[in-house]
Amino acid sequence: MTTKYMDAELVGKRMSSRVRKNAGWKGVFFASTLFGLFVLAVLLIRVFTQGLEYINIDFLMNHLSTDASRAGIMGAILGTAWLMLIVVPVTMVVGVGTAIYLELYAKKGKLQSFIATNISNLAGVPSIVYGLLGLTLFVRALEFGNVLLAGGLTLALLVLPIVIVAAQEALRAVPGSLSEASYGMGATKWQTVRRIILPAAIPGILTGAILSLSRAIGETAPLTVLGIPALLIPFPSGIFDTFTALPMQIYYWTIDSSLVAEYANLAAATIIVLLILLFLLNSIAIFIRNKFQQRY
Amino acid sequence: MATDNKNRISVSEMIEEQKKKRKFLNQLEKLIPTLLLIIASLSVLTTVGIVYTLLAESVAFFRNVPILDFFTGTILKPLSQNPEFGVLPLLNGTIISTVIAMLVAGPIGMMSAIYLSEYAPDHVRRVLKPLLEILAGVPTIVYGFFAFTFVTPLLRMVFPSIEATNILSPGIIMGVMIIPMIASLSEDAMSSVPNSIREGALALGSTKLETTFKVVIPAALSGIIASFVLGISRAIGETMIVAIASGSSKNFTFDITQSMQTMTAYIVEVAGGEAAAGTTIYYSLYAVALTLFVFTLIMNLLAKYISRKFREEY
Repeated sequence: MTTKYMDAELVGKRMSSRVRKNAGWKGVFFASTLFGLFVLAVLLIRVFTQGLEYINIDFLMNHLSTDASRAGIMGAILGTAWLMLIVVPVTMVVGVGTAIYLELYAKKGKLQSFIATNISNLAGVPSIVYGLLGLTLFVRALEFGNVLLAGGLTLALLVLPIVIVAAQEALRAVPGSLSEASYGMGATKWQTVRRIILPAAIPGILTGAILSLSRAIGETAPLTVLGIPALLIPFPSGIFDTFTALPMQIYYWTIDSSLVAEYANLAAATIIVLLILLFLLNSIAIFIRNKFQQRY
Repeated sequence: MATDNKNRISVSEMIEEQKKKRKFLNQLEKLIPTLLLIIASLSVLTTVGIVYTLLAESVAFFRNVPILDFFTGTILKPLSQNPEFGVLPLLNGTIISTVIAMLVAGPIGMMSAIYLSEYAPDHVRRVLKPLLEILAGVPTIVYGFFAFTFVTPLLRMVFPSIEATNILSPGIIMGVMIIPMIASLSEDAMSSVPNSIREGALALGSTKLETTFKVVIPAALSGIIASFVLGISRAIGETMIVAIASGSSKNFTFDITQSMQTMTAYIVEVAGGEAAAGTTIYYSLYAVALTLFVFTLIMNLLAKYISRKFREEY
């Protein structure tokens, strides 16, 4: 006597619809994943077809001009370069210093967790709020005016949390055996930090610093708040000069494109320059990570 | 003999010199932690600076405009002869753009996360994930340009009445920008669900789809919700896309084909117009920014609370 535990026919009927459903949804999930990439592709194609023919030596080297056919972005390129020169040292010193303190010196306790919580909250503050801080503190209270130093310091504060977190991770990845060996040889704490731990963590720190730099130079909102002029200004030659930057130039040309249609093409060309710059920075970061990062 | 003595350093002198060196090193060693603490406190000072400037200038604003009028006023006319400062039009614009963005980013980001975590073979995921993350690395100004010069004209084919600046197109593009954030955070949450649980469900005869929806997603729910909340916070604070593509109309409306202004875009418009310090319109910047700051802070704390409080530990 055999007991019928299941109705094979019924199961077969139900199963096939469930399997079909699974396969159908898998397609939907895959399509959703591609949707984002599709928009990215459309965006890039659009920008490059619109702007590529406007990129030439004159466009890269010329001063700004209201005449679309003669306008150039050298001022914006120099402005962005100067901003990088300010952001890098400030974020490196403050970011790495903070990370060393939190990871290697601070005792586990209230102060350390207070600073760590504070940093993670800072990372979530909208960039435009940093712009207002920069406007109030650097431009008005310290009376720098809307110069490179004010812009650079504002952007540095903005990306500082990213650098700190990246540096913390890099320091944490250095194995304890290295520092123990150093202590065993009679080295002091600072000697160990400076000669053993930091050199081992440098690739990770640099990767994080470069990625945060690429975030900083693409940032527009804080600069708009500082009051960067859209007017024709001379090339900046020092940190106390007024300036414009690539994203600001894109902003002004985009909003003016409803008046002069050709400005949209200039904006697209400037976007290409900015994207190439970001691409280079990210490539360097990935190169450093792959080439120098040691796995312990 | 005398000159010889001068050149030859006695052992005791050497020891003295070493001691001096040691002393300096020891002092440095003691100084370093303090120095580092000062550097580390800069980030705390930044927070203090933000909170202080926002509060101090907002207080000046609320001396001119009653706080109740600010939060319940539906009319915002900062530049008129009789200026009115109701923040509701800005809140409305912010909320509507955020809702549109999340309608795009929520489902698509979630489904991308499901694909990447549950369905994609390893080699496919290793290609798709970094590609998707490029989306998050594109500067927002580029998205603003794209929304304004490409998406709005495209939408005009569907809704002929849509304005040149409207809230719909930046909302959609903001959603696209947030997709990778939700996808990667949700994927992390789903990937951390242990395989044994999945295998249990599969062994009982579930399909992958059933396993995903009845086992994996409930187990990863706290992380998924946290990613949504962070996405909302990102959308509220996003500036350039809406500043460019949604214009500066301060009408209190729910028509998404019209121009609306968000809190962030208001700050860009007013600060960019070089409002003279000390005027009410200048102070209004800080009141709006304070509102924005509080909103995003609450969202970020909420996300942290959810992911910590409701996390399933395996």
